[in-house]
Amino acid sequence: MTTIFGVPTQALFGQLLLGLINGSFYAILSLGLAIIFGLLNIINFAHGALYMMGAFVAWMLLTYLGLGYWWALGLAPLVVGLFGILLERFLIARLYKLDHLYGLLLTFGLALIIQGLFRNQYGVSGLPYAIPSELSGGQRLPFMFLPNYRAWVVVASLTVCLATWLVIEKTKLGAYLRAATENPTLVQAFGVNVPLFLTLTYGFGVALAGFAGVLAAPIYSVNPNMGADIIIVVFAVVVIGGMGSILGSVITGFALGLVEGLTKVFYPEASATVIFVIMVLVLLVKPAGLFGRTA
Amino acid sequence: MADTAALDAAPIAAARPVSRDDKALHRKVFAGLALALVLAPLVLYPVFLMKVLCFALFALAFNLLLGYGGLLSFGHAAYFGMASYVCAYSAKVWGLTPELAILTGTATAAILGLVFGALAIRRQGIYFSMITLALAQMVFFFSLQAKFTGGEDGIQAVPRGSLFGAISLEDDRVLYALVALIFFGGMLLIYRIIHSPFGQVLKAIRDNEPRAVSLGYRVNQYKLAVFVLSATLAGAAGATKALVFQLASLTDVHWSMSGEVVLMTLVGGMGTVFGPIAGALVIITMETYLAQFGAWVTVIQGAVFVLCVLLFREGIVGLFARILKKPL
Amino acid sequence: MLRSLLLATALCALTTAGALAQTAVKIGVLGDRSGVYSDISGEGSVVAARMAVEDFAKIDPSVKAEIISADHQNKPDVGAALARQWYDRDNVDMVIDGVTSSVALAINQVTREKNKAFIDTGAGTADLTGSQCTPNTVHWVYDTVALANGTGGAMVKRGGDTWFFLTADYVFGQTLQRDTTAVVTKNGGKVVGSVKTPFPTADFSSFLLQAQGSGAKVIGLANAGGDTINAIKQAGEFGITEGGQALAGLLVFSSDVYSLGTKVAQGLVLTEPFYWDLNDGTRAFSERFAKQMNGRKPTANHAGVYAGTLHYLKAAAALKDVKDGAKTVAKMKEIPTDDPLFGKGVIRVDGRKIHDMYLFEVKKPAESKDPWDLYKTLATIPGNEVFRPLNEGGCPLVKG
Repeated sequence: MTTIFGVPTQALFGQLLLGLINGSFYAILSLGLAIIFGLLNIINFAHGALYMMGAFVAWMLLTYLGLGYWWALGLAPLVVGLFGILLERFLIARLYKLDHLYGLLLTFGLALIIQGLFRNQYGVSGLPYAIPSELSGGQRLPFMFLPNYRAWVVVASLTVCLATWLVIEKTKLGAYLRAATENPTLVQAFGVNVPLFLTLTYGFGVALAGFAGVLAAPIYSVNPNMGADIIIVVFAVVVIGGMGSILGSVITGFALGLVEGLTKVFYPEASATVIFVIMVLVLLVKPAGLFGRTA
Repeated sequence: MADTAALDAAPIAAARPVSRDDKALHRKVFAGLALALVLAPLVLYPVFLMKVLCFALFALAFNLLLGYGGLLSFGHAAYFGMASYVCAYSAKVWGLTPELAILTGTATAAILGLVFGALAIRRQGIYFSMITLALAQMVFFFSLQAKFTGGEDGIQAVPRGSLFGAISLEDDRVLYALVALIFFGGMLLIYRIIHSPFGQVLKAIRDNEPRAVSLGYRVNQYKLAVFVLSATLAGAAGATKALVFQLASLTDVHWSMSGEVVLMTLVGGMGTVFGPIAGALVIITMETYLAQFGAWVTVIQGAVFVLCVLLFREGIVGLFARILKKPL
Repeated sequence: MLRSLLLATALCALTTAGALAQTAVKIGVLGDRSGVYSDISGEGSVVAARMAVEDFAKIDPSVKAEIISADHQNKPDVGAALARQWYDRDNVDMVIDGVTSSVALAINQVTREKNKAFIDTGAGTADLTGSQCTPNTVHWVYDTVALANGTGGAMVKRGGDTWFFLTADYVFGQTLQRDTTAVVTKNGGKVVGSVKTPFPTADFSSFLLQAQGSGAKVIGLANAGGDTINAIKQAGEFGITEGGQALAGLLVFSSDVYSLGTKVAQGLVLTEPFYWDLNDGTRAFSERFAKQMNGRKPTANHAGVYAGTLHYLKAAAALKDVKDGAKTVAKMKEIPTDDPLFGKGVIRVDGRKIHDMYLFEVKKPAESKDPWDLYKTLATIPGNEVFRPLNEGGCPLVKG
């Protein structure tokens, strides 16, 4: 058997694939953050909490209404998105004239409230959510056993990321959006309803987080703290990518998933910190991030 | 969208040159605080008071960076917690006397602040916040895995020891005197920094960085200096806390601690001299009395955050300052 | 002022005690009411303590016990501060529960300093009866050494002689791995590999893949709480148990298994000192408990709170005064223990409570009659074999 640094190549393929799956979550989450940041100039600290909410909505749909995974995949992002629209309209919109830091503080407060409420209601041991029967089981690939569900996660996430990118880059709606990011006043002068645009963008960005939450529900335990830890990693992903471009955030997300996967093989102790280490290195070499424009 | 808008109302008021009149007022407030420090232990539980003082110093240090440097660090727990670990370790394992242990802890925070600060000031605004948060998370993982921190158990049974090898700190009242002195000293130092020429330049950078650059100031050196000062004083607070509770644990390096100090500063009034003290008092009291409600504490903290940001940006002391029309 | 107030309260307590010839006891239940261990501890511990007080009042009404409770949030500083405040200001005589090792060690220190009593039922660290042992602490339910002995020893005897560890990368996980490795090798087994997983880890797939590749017969989970739950859940996804490897949880409670469900957790092997469906005594207790807890069955920790409180009250009744914590604990060690949940047993001089433990396997969904029908018993491990021998812990209270 061929080996690379003492690890059989076959095992390595398996690990890379798993890294890609984790990268899927980073990609969707950092994509949502990037879209929101691009237009609203707000770092959405509540993103992790809304990701968690997506998973919980899926669980609630199943438990209280008997609606299964596929329903949840459509409905949960919608619910989370609507919730986000309310948040933007009534709270975040009041802060646009102020320093960006207030947006960060506000969404941090919101994250604490959302997490606290779910913790009160559902405890922290986590709730079970089964893999949909269509996707249970797995494929015995030459190098690993790949659960069908994990393959689905990669496919779903890639599709959503690509679709978002196409909408933003290739449609008229996307053109407005990009223009509003560049110069909101001018776009408003052309008769585009910019405040509505901001609301919808926030709604869409957090709906992506909700979608990631549904994807995560069958793999991880549905748990009020599930968003708190991932959001900090995603922040680091965003710093590394630089939020200059939509595609950049997606690529960075997947790439860092791979790097993390490799670390789990060669030096598992560091797999929790490797992304932060990369962040430091990128900051030293390219302070604006890999895809970022210098501010 | 606001691009380089300064933090609003309250801090700008504070940027006004301090008149002799204001100084007299501040002197009175200092005297009042000193009196309160002497009288408080007669009425209140000294351990609770010491906790408030440690956090007040922490918040003051944080406010130096945010309120006067305009830099929102979301990772100040790293300096607070690391100093607390090193202080606890040096007192327990190396057997250092309390004053040396606190100094060792503080020095560690200073070095950490220098390294992290040099990295973080390469970016501005929210990027700066995210970087400090990510770096602090690294410290958290380090503390969790490293041998000397004892992982989840933390460093326990830290001896309070004897000050200069002579005065035993076992009695809560004696320790209280020491903590009160550290707090008061730290506060005076911060006051001095804010009102020095260095502090004036900082405010200039905060309010308009390009202009400060064009005036020939080396902006990054100023930013780094205030970052290190803030980290150092946060470290002093953390190291002292380790001796008070005879314990250094992961709580102190967790990101929620970073959030807590932001909250204290926000509630008290960022960019005010005395605000963080009021903020720390309010938040610690709230936590102590709400502890039995479990997760509701988080919800309430979050709600306070939201309310402060939306309706009460000037904070408690900021409000008083506006009513009195004087910087506090 | 504070002192005169305290004096007044003390006098007041004394006169009422005198009038009714009763021994007043104040018990503080200090557990996790909001965090990861709130199912293991939480309100259930308060219910269990209250049940013990009620039951003891029927036998011996001379002791009047009051119960207060608080949430230590799994933070040692919060736990230490609460215990200190209880002892200093609220006249608490005994603290019970103390789930989570870090908090338990902190309470242990404060209790010794204030000479009160501490019965720990929830923490795993064997240091409580080892290097950190004090004359004021009793460690009731289990410790990591016993779990390692139980699961490690019994698994090897049943043919699981090659092991691979998934170890949470911090002191607790490393200790658990070290203790279990010692037991496995002593019984003739072999550890073929291990991987240190960062704590906390949400995604175990990569590590499980490495475990799968090792070909070990047993995959030992040297972790706790959310990590264990995620690992078990994802092991099911990757078909680990179907591939013939056994999953051994080194710190798993019945409440964890309940929230995972038998479909996911089936085949998991673990050691516990208590299960609600062991015998008539445990079933009767569990039924009463469930009535007050929305149908939830008690965990081993809840059982420990009940039994520990009961035994403490026995000592209190014998002494008539519990102000001297060390003396009360000495009395507890002197009287042999006997309760419907753990049976007859003793408390050793180092504070270790000795009772039997059981090796359980999680039932298959087809064998399980209802959601709480979780375990089948594989083996009973006698108390004198499962716990660490008295002279090996390094407890200063043990002479010679």
